[in-house]
Amino acid sequence: MSNKILVFLEQRNGQIKKSSFETAKTASDIARHLNYEIEAISVGAVIENVAETGRYGVNKVTVFSNSTLANYSTSAYSELVAEYAKETDADIVFFSNTSMGKDIAPKVSIKLNAGTLMDCVSLDISSGEIIATRPVYAGRALIEAKITSAKKVFTLRPNVFNIGQTGDTQAEVVIKEVAVPNLSNKVIEIKKSEEKLDVAEADIIVAGGRGLKGAENFHLVEELADVLGAAVGTSRATVDAGWRPHSEQIGQTGKTVSPNLYIAVGISGAIQHIAGMSSSKCIVAINKDKDAPIFSIADYGIAGDVFEVLPALIEEIKRAKS
Amino acid sequence: MKIAVCVSHAPDTATKIIIGPDNKMIDPNGVTYAINPFDEYAIEEALRAKEKLGCETIAISTGRTANKESLRKALAMGIDNAVLLRDDAERDTLSTAKALAEEIKTQSAELVFFGKQSVDYDNSITGQLTAELLGYNCVSVVVDFKLDGNKIIAEREIEGGREVVETTLPAVITAQKGLNEPRYASLKGIMAAKKKVIEEKPALESENAVEILKMKKPPMKHAGRILGTDKSSVGELVRLLKEEAKVI
Repeated sequence: MSNKILVFLEQRNGQIKKSSFETAKTASDIARHLNYEIEAISVGAVIENVAETGRYGVNKVTVFSNSTLANYSTSAYSELVAEYAKETDADIVFFSNTSMGKDIAPKVSIKLNAGTLMDCVSLDISSGEIIATRPVYAGRALIEAKITSAKKVFTLRPNVFNIGQTGDTQAEVVIKEVAVPNLSNKVIEIKKSEEKLDVAEADIIVAGGRGLKGAENFHLVEELADVLGAAVGTSRATVDAGWRPHSEQIGQTGKTVSPNLYIAVGISGAIQHIAGMSSSKCIVAINKDKDAPIFSIADYGIAGDVFEVLPALIEEIKRAKS
Repeated sequence: MKIAVCVSHAPDTATKIIIGPDNKMIDPNGVTYAINPFDEYAIEEALRAKEKLGCETIAISTGRTANKESLRKALAMGIDNAVLLRDDAERDTLSTAKALAEEIKTQSAELVFFGKQSVDYDNSITGQLTAELLGYNCVSVVVDFKLDGNKIIAEREIEGGREVVETTLPAVITAQKGLNEPRYASLKGIMAAKKKVIEEKPALESENAVEILKMKKPPMKHAGRILGTDKSSVGELVRLLKEEAKVI
């Protein structure tokens, strides 16, 4: 046991993501309480805001750098992280449960012979070891679990762990040039989707369902999302009907989200949909059917016609914002 | 070349989840189990590769005898053979991956498909763990897959778009919804699947690295207020979002 924690910081376009700072802050709080040392690692080409990690309690970051590593490579990234974890004898490695985190964490865990707990939503260290809580069955149940192997890998769900108070310390950044990265698996292109904002990363989501009656009426949902700076989400029914892309689907066979505000428009609230969004902090439901299950988990509801309520709501929010 | 597809037998997504008496797992009584929905995309993609390359396909599952139902579904859709790695114990993802990797090695399958996650424990890593144990390349959460000789071009879903990944065989691909439209099993396929013998052998035993201490229901969200039945409530709603919930 070396009592060391390593945090992986995910960069996209040369910027460390907010979810990585959440993970860094959570891991540094744990390190302080359990008396562990902590440092961070990132992989990329040029990373601009990496020193900011110091504000979240992690004072040293090692960046493995090569111009070919600007985009993600499963093979190169996982090798570099695992090798550094071995070199520093880290016992615990933290990742964010993002699309990159979910891909790299299991690779690193095998290389380290570590057990893995994915998508943790809270970590309890009162017993001196880490007991993680994570959703199972798409959030219809939670488990409390611990890793019994000596080396441990955790991924933390984005947008759940509070960043809280931050300092203004800048982290010491050590840049290590990678001579020949293993690019047996590499990203050759990134195709940006047409949606401006992804539901997995949005603070506010406006989700439209079958109650919109057709793809042609989704402009109402998009307009409301626009005035709120929100992402557009949807239910499985509209994806299966071909009205909306699967990347917007929220629920058991779509994405699980926990934004600050979730506005469900014309969504009845099937159990599979609720599983994907019930951990949202504030839920608003607009649906004609006052008995729709969505109202049983909504903080505020309007049991009215979406075609009447939505335009009025868009105007009211515009007024409130101006 | 042989293609394998790994199949999980999971509670139907519409099933009500009740915590079992030991407070560590669900009560299986009254739960309908079915093939993990993401595995159907994996099977479909395996079948498309088979049709293109004319090679053999095998479905593999690890767990209890009941898993044969999902293996039979794979056979009915058109997979050639199936094997159940019998294991009655509760296994974590690492232990499951070790058993699957061992069988994939035995079968010398060079292209392996998984669903991107199983809708029970939602870990979404069994495919990646298995790939790493085998030393195979891996692309997870795939929505587009092309194989040209030894070369793979696959698109994986990420936040706000897709990554186009280039890699080579041998490889593990985990399938996301949208990758394809899974076929329905034909009556002929269902009849033929009934007659097929599913090979059964003990799963490789290995220790779990994760211990579940407790399973519980998530805190219930209380039903809130219905503010009204028409647009006259919109002003009140915006006020509450601003002043009470403080979210806009």
